Amino acid sequence: MSFWLVLTVNSVTFGGLLFLLSAGFSLIFGLMRIPNLTHGSLFMLGAYVGATFVVGLLGFQLNFWLAAVIATLTVAAAGALAERLLLRQLPGDQLAQVLVTLGLSFMAADFCLMVWGGDPLSVETPGGLGGFARFGVAVFPIYRLAIIAIAVVVALGLWLLLDRTRLGAMIRAGVDDPDMARVVGIRVSQLFTIVFALGAGLAAFAGIIGGPILSVYPGLDQDMLPLALVVVILGGSGSLLGSFVGSIIVGFIYNFGQALLPELAYFVLFMPMLLVLLLRPQGLFGRHVP
Amino acid sequence: MATSALSIEHIDAFYGDSHVLGDVSFELGEARMLGLLGRNGAGKSTCMHVAMGLLPPRRGAVRVFGTNVAGMSPEMIAARGVALVPQGRRIFKSLTVRENLVVAARKPDAGSKHAPWTADTVFAMFPRLQERRSQIAAHLSGGEQQMLAIGRALMGNPRVLLMDEPSEGLAPQIVAEVMATIRKLKESGLSIVLVEQNPKLVFDVADDIVILNTGRVAVVSTPSELSKDGVDLRQHLGVF
Repeated sequence: MSFWLVLTVNSVTFGGLLFLLSAGFSLIFGLMRIPNLTHGSLFMLGAYVGATFVVGLLGFQLNFWLAAVIATLTVAAAGALAERLLLRQLPGDQLAQVLVTLGLSFMAADFCLMVWGGDPLSVETPGGLGGFARFGVAVFPIYRLAIIAIAVVVALGLWLLLDRTRLGAMIRAGVDDPDMARVVGIRVSQLFTIVFALGAGLAAFAGIIGGPILSVYPGLDQDMLPLALVVVILGGSGSLLGSFVGSIIVGFIYNFGQALLPELAYFVLFMPMLLVLLLRPQGLFGRHVP
Repeated sequence: MATSALSIEHIDAFYGDSHVLGDVSFELGEARMLGLLGRNGAGKSTCMHVAMGLLPPRRGAVRVFGTNVAGMSPEMIAARGVALVPQGRRIFKSLTVRENLVVAARKPDAGSKHAPWTADTVFAMFPRLQERRSQIAAHLSGGEQQMLAIGRALMGNPRVLLMDEPSEGLAPQIVAEVMATIRKLKESGLSIVLVEQNPKLVFDVADDIVILNTGRVAVVSTPSELSKDGVDLRQHLGVF
C-alpha cells in the first residue's frame, strides 16, 4: 500500500518539476515555433549555478533559496541574450534556429563539463524541509511535498500572468496569429525575448530545486530534454493547462514505468507520445497550428 | 497640395518569383475613402499587405502622411497610425472579445481631433460585442467576428484604416450593417481604403476608385465618372 502511495507522490513531484521545465518549453514553442533544444541545458545550467552556491564551490555557501534565485536570474539573462544575439538574427528560419539551439546545447554541456567536472554534485535538501511527514501508515519526504506545492504556486502564477494580464493576452495573441499580432501593434519580437527569458528562468529554477532529488551531473540535460518534449507533445504546445496535465501524466508514466517495467521504461514513456501524434497531433489541449 | 494620408508610389512586390504588383501608385486623401477594386488575384490584398508592412516591396515607397514606411515592420507602421481589418477577419480566436480589443490598444496621436477609441466606445458602437465581451472570440458568428475585427483596428486609434473585403462571406443584412459602420467612420474623418470585389458596395461610399488588374493600376477615377454610360468596367471586374 505504502509502496504505491510513495510512488504516486514521487510521480506528482517529478511531474511538478517537469511542469516547471516544460511550461517555458511549451510557450517558446507555441509563440516562436522553435523547439528549443537548449531547454535541457538551461535546466542543467540552473542546477549547476545553484549548486555552486549551495555546495560552496566558490569558498562561501549561500542559503538554498537565495542560490535558486541567483540561478534563475542568471540563466534567464543568458536565455534572453541567446535569443537577442542568436535566434533574433535568423528570423523565420526555423531549421536554422533549431540547429542553433542544438549547437548551443552541445556547447553548454561542454562548458559545464569544463567548469564543474565530470563528478556528480549532490545538493543538500534545504534547511527545514528535510525529514519526513507521516500520514497514517504512509511516510513522505517533506521536500517532495514542498516541490509539489511550489509547482502548484508557479502554475497559478503563470496562469494569472497569461490569463489575467494584458501582457499575457498579448502573448496568447502572438501564439494565435503572430502576423496579426504585429499588425495590431504588438511588438512580438519583444515578447519573444520576454518569453524566452521566462522559460529559461523557469527551467533553471526547476534544475536547482530538483537538485536534492536528481543531483547534478553531466548528461542531466539530455535526460530532461526528451521528457519536456514528450510533455509538450502530449499536452499541446502553447497551452499552460496542457503542460500541467502532460507533466503529471509523464511524471506518472516515468516513475511507474521505471518501478514496474524498468527494461521498458522508455517504451512506456514514448508510446503515449506516438499515439497522441497519430491520433491527435495538436496534443490533448493544443489547438491546430496551421 | 495637402499631404495625402496614404500614398503608394511605384510599388513592385513579389511573392517568391511571381511579380504580383507592378509599378502600382495611388493616393488616399485625408478624410477620404478610396475604393480599391479588382478581380480575385488582381493584387488588392497584396497592396494592403505592402502598406501594412507584411510584405516588404521590392521597389517603391509607401508614405503615411508624408513619411516613407516601406520596409518598416508591421508594428512600426501600426505605431504610425495605420490599422488593417484583414481579409478573413483573423481575430485572435483563443482570446475573449474584450481581450481582442485590449491587446490592440494604442494611444491616439497628440493633437488628434477625435475622442479616442477604447473598449467602451467600441462596445457602444457594436452593442452585440458588449453582450459577448467575455466569450472566446472563436464562438462569434461571422458578422460578429467582422465587427470585432473592425473594433480591434479602431483600438489602435488609426489615422489610416485599411479594410480588406469586410463584406466577404456575410449575409446581406449584416453587410448593410457593416457598410453603415464604414460610412460612419468615414464621416468621423478617418481616411479609409476599402478593398472590395463588389463595386456596387463601394460606389455608394467611396470618393475615389482605383481598379487593379493583374497587379497593375488599370483605372483611377471617381464613382460618378464610372457610373456614366459607356464606361465598361466588365473588362476589369468581370460580370457583376
